[in-house]
Amino acid sequence: MRQFLVFVQKEFYHIFRDRWTTLILLVLPIVMIILFGFGITTEIRNTKFAVYDPSRDIATQGIVNKLETSEYFSLDRYVTSPNEIEPLFRDGEIGFVVVLGENFYENLLHTGNAKIQLIADGTDPNTASTLTSYATILLSSYQQELTGTAGGTIPYQIKTEVKLLYNPSLKSAYNIVPGIMGMILMLICALMTSVSIAREKELGTMELLLVSPMKPILIILSKLVPYFTISIINYITILLLSVFVLKVPIAGSLVLLSALSLLFIFVSLSIGILISSLVEKQIVALLISGMILMMPAVFLSGLMFPIESMPVVLQWISHILPVKWFIIAVRNVMIKGLGFSSIIREVLILTGMAAVIITLSLKKFKYRLE
Amino acid sequence: MNVITVENLTKKFGSFTAVDNISFEVGKGEIFGFLGANGAGKTTAMRMLCGLLKPTSGKGIVAGYDIRSESENVKASIGYMSQKFALYEDLKVWENIRLYAGIYGVPEKDIAPKTDELLKELGFETEKETLVKSLPLGWRQKLAFSVSIFHEPKVVFLDEPTGGVDPVTRRQFWEMIYKASDRGITVFVTTHYMDEAEYCNRVSIMVDGRIDALDSPANLKKEFNATSMDEVFRKLARKSKNNEL
Repeated sequence: MRQFLVFVQKEFYHIFRDRWTTLILLVLPIVMIILFGFGITTEIRNTKFAVYDPSRDIATQGIVNKLETSEYFSLDRYVTSPNEIEPLFRDGEIGFVVVLGENFYENLLHTGNAKIQLIADGTDPNTASTLTSYATILLSSYQQELTGTAGGTIPYQIKTEVKLLYNPSLKSAYNIVPGIMGMILMLICALMTSVSIAREKELGTMELLLVSPMKPILIILSKLVPYFTISIINYITILLLSVFVLKVPIAGSLVLLSALSLLFIFVSLSIGILISSLVEKQIVALLISGMILMMPAVFLSGLMFPIESMPVVLQWISHILPVKWFIIAVRNVMIKGLGFSSIIREVLILTGMAAVIITLSLKKFKYRLE
Repeated sequence: MNVITVENLTKKFGSFTAVDNISFEVGKGEIFGFLGANGAGKTTAMRMLCGLLKPTSGKGIVAGYDIRSESENVKASIGYMSQKFALYEDLKVWENIRLYAGIYGVPEKDIAPKTDELLKELGFETEKETLVKSLPLGWRQKLAFSVSIFHEPKVVFLDEPTGGVDPVTRRQFWEMIYKASDRGITVFVTTHYMDEAEYCNRVSIMVDGRIDALDSPANLKKEFNATSMDEVFRKLARKSKNNEL
């Protein structure tokens, strides 16, 4: 036991004596949360829009007001003919243009066939679709209000995407937090662990440890302790930042969320050991964790792009990434506030992955220097 | 009394025989030189003796324990130092000592006084808090040797301990080896430097996995009609199939 503690202490020295390691482990998570939460955001704020409104009646006025009073949009100008619309986009000052039909209110009341067209700049498809979907939601909520006042006689359809149900204010931080959590835990557990074990191999210290009476399993365990501890600290930091800074509350059970994260940390640590048992050099460990683990994790996990819109082949690949299942489960628990029954599938998959990986790496880990 | 007994020890990697049926004995307190060209099988043989590799066949007893079945006991009774690695560079001098003392189970109360004693002996008192990174190579090697015998092992294995070190420091290093040997610690050392072979009590020379010569330096020189160990080594190495020299 004393052997073990001495060794754990040594690992902490390694971490805190290297400025970059310390920085990556403790500051990076905070920077990432802040950066993704505020900076790299898909949120829209104060986007200018123009209106072409030949009707100028109470309904069109109401719609423009609705858009204008939201925090997302601000009215730039009215245009007097459709020909003025395209030059606006060329200047790039306008996010989108609302084109209202003629005799709007009349048509709305009597035929239920009032037309609105939203024109956005398709050269930036992401922004365009975000803008139009925000605007669509505002429009349908206006329709809803109108229905209330007009006694429910107007036929309409509300088009709302499912994820917005849990993200009423359309904050992108809701999507970002589970993703960042997955990435950070993966980074620290898998990448840092594999690099730290590979370093001992590369420097030759592993040989010295293996020749000592210390059991190989203890060597590995003591390597895991510091990264496990730091993961926990980061987990707490991320939660605190998300609740108090990004204002993303924990809707579900904190205990369940923590248990889920522990499971994921366990999976990531075993991946780290597996990688380190396969490689001899730090740089290889870094590349494998970085290229094969982190990059796909960022792109295929649903953190940045919705998985549903990916090619089928990539969707298959995304299934083997533990981080994907973790992110789904965190969304369910933390954002949607669902209980254990909603994440049984994800928990089972993660547990299965942990079992497979730990078996593989224990088999692969060389107890003797063959 | 023999501290190391090896009988017909063989290690094969696939069809390649790295160590071919070697036998020898090393007595208590003896300084045993283990020589051979690169690829002659020195490292493989040494790893088997340290319990890092399982022999394909044959028997080896180190410090009274069987290297095949009692490798954990073997590991606890030996010290090990290699040229490739000396100490953890990002740990301080005393932290390195503390780490190895802990790993080898030196009683807690003995560690601090023994550390001070060791540093005094080396003349390193002022460097206790220094990061190993900032010590010169020769100092590190001397410190590493002291660390490897800190737990009073029965045998210490030194794998080219003086590689890259200047002659003066090498000389001091060998004085330390003699001191350890006087205390009854058996020293099993591989080296590239033929002048160092002269310092050993007995020397074995490996060629192609076999031990082709084993005797005191004086006797070997007589046997091979040579004036120096270097010449003995060259005469033997010429017989090698892969003829690296």
